[in-house]
Amino acid sequence: MARELVAIIKHDCPVCVELLPALDAAAQDGAPLRIVSQSGGGDTAALWERLRLVSPVEIDEELALSALYDPDAVPALLLLDGGEERGRVEGLARDRIADLAAEAGFALHLDGLPAHRPGCASRTRDPLVAATLAARAARADGRLRSRTLRLGAHEDPFEALHERGLTDGLPVVPPTPERVVALLEGTRRHPQDVVGIVPPYGGTATVEKVAVNAVMAGCLPEHLPFVLAAVEAACEERFTMHGLLATTHPAGPLIVASGPLTERAGLNARGNCLGQGNRANLAIGRSLQLVVRNIGGGRPQIEDRSAHGNPGKLGACFAELQEGSPWEPLSVDRGFGAGETTVTLWAAEAPRLIVDQIARDPEGLCASLALALQSVAHPKQLFIWDALVVGPEHGRILREAGWDRARTRAELMRLTTSRIGDMLRGAGGSPEGLDPAVFGGNPDGMIPKFAGPDRIGLVHAGGSAGLFSMVYGMWASGEIGSTPVTRSVEPWM
Amino acid sequence: MDVAANGLELLDPTAERESGDRPLAAPIDGAAGLRIALLDIRKPRGDVFLDELERLLNARGYVVERTAKPTFTRPAPADLRREIAERCDALVEALAD
Repeated sequence: MARELVAIIKHDCPVCVELLPALDAAAQDGAPLRIVSQSGGGDTAALWERLRLVSPVEIDEELALSALYDPDAVPALLLLDGGEERGRVEGLARDRIADLAAEAGFALHLDGLPAHRPGCASRTRDPLVAATLAARAARADGRLRSRTLRLGAHEDPFEALHERGLTDGLPVVPPTPERVVALLEGTRRHPQDVVGIVPPYGGTATVEKVAVNAVMAGCLPEHLPFVLAAVEAACEERFTMHGLLATTHPAGPLIVASGPLTERAGLNARGNCLGQGNRANLAIGRSLQLVVRNIGGGRPQIEDRSAHGNPGKLGACFAELQEGSPWEPLSVDRGFGAGETTVTLWAAEAPRLIVDQIARDPEGLCASLALALQSVAHPKQLFIWDALVVGPEHGRILREAGWDRARTRAELMRLTTSRIGDMLRGAGGSPEGLDPAVFGGNPDGMIPKFAGPDRIGLVHAGGSAGLFSMVYGMWASGEIGSTPVTRSVEPWM
Repeated sequence: MDVAANGLELLDPTAERESGDRPLAAPIDGAAGLRIALLDIRKPRGDVFLDELERLLNARGYVVERTAKPTFTRPAPADLRREIAERCDALVEALAD
């Protein structure tokens, strides 16, 4: 194939307008020159009429040619030889354009034009267009494989997604391919990598599918690594996500992020960290719930048999506050390296407040905390339930006394150990409790509330004022239920 | 590039699983001598319900096999499901609570 010059222009570029009469004249003389417009047919025809151009012009439908050669600016003049690029000029550089035309075998008369003038941004550099092109490229090379949901021109996407059963009851961000591809910038993992098999129906969560749900939840790219780690953790068998979803108990997965990347991702570890107002906390927590719903297939009141649920089942996520913490980072306590960022999942109920505004020493504070811990699920139900305690002003008392996690847990274990006779069925008038047939022979023996000190989670988070802690009770735990799972969060840049 | 004119294109957030057709098992005729599994999912007092059911089934001449899940929090293991399917004609599961 012979050499040819391809000129890429757009209708609203003044530099293109300056150059076009010369290109038009050369094309009329039979030069091997193609003029390709990035603008639509209507705008291009209007320009041709205004400039009284007569040469043929090609419309770069879907910007396929522009995406292929990917110029930064127009006019872009490409010297092609059998489709292969041999040279290019972007913008107006009179002598270099004339040289390029000569190499293509024709003379281009550029007299009267300025020697140099920068061009205009190629339409492929328009952020919205670039996003569409990136999505198209991702579809073409197999990074995106999801089925397309095509909405009607008059369908409201928010209502359409809700009607299709794909939301948690609140509006979701419509997961366009453009938004999903942009979110995937938050991970180095290939979109088709499998993150986990999601209960209850065993849906395959690829990075792409997780990203689709994370877009819907409102995530930014820097949130995605937290979501991926949380989905991995939830899909580990020992977390028992299937049972956690299907149970009549109100618990759901609670994500606690720990480590230096939490701040960079905008996670809140401070005031109102368990509440509203922080995008990262809410979107990451919500993403996991949408993954379970949409990829796993777990729907409230169908597969999810929770009698009450709790508000955290929309999404529950917060970060550990390392500043002022009496303890080493949760990530380290969970066996990860210092400086590593992790998410830890617990199967948690809604949190409840425990107030102690009087205690100034760790012994007194732990005595108050222990009263609340004893009441998790039922004061006389033992061994089954774990708990998680959170609170910075209380944390200060422990820090100043030098109580590390082990010391604090040991004290809480001691203070939640009770006389067996007081824990039996019927004791205190309550029919719940230990089975007398098993435990009744030793009423003066002692028995702990928790199966071990490590079954009491301790995380430092919350606002700087308020002598409070929050206590989460857990769903059935340990061998018979859910074990907390920690996964590393991959840095996103 | 004007997607709005054709309606929005979104990506399916589901796992896109297809549910296959599975034929129903043939109805059992209810004749005495059938072997019926009673599965305890390990919830409190499930045994009370199953004990009574066992008594009633025995009285009608059925053979009862008592089985149990290791824990109520997880699906019955595949081996247990297979064993029940191989040994028994029908299953009654005592759900919570």
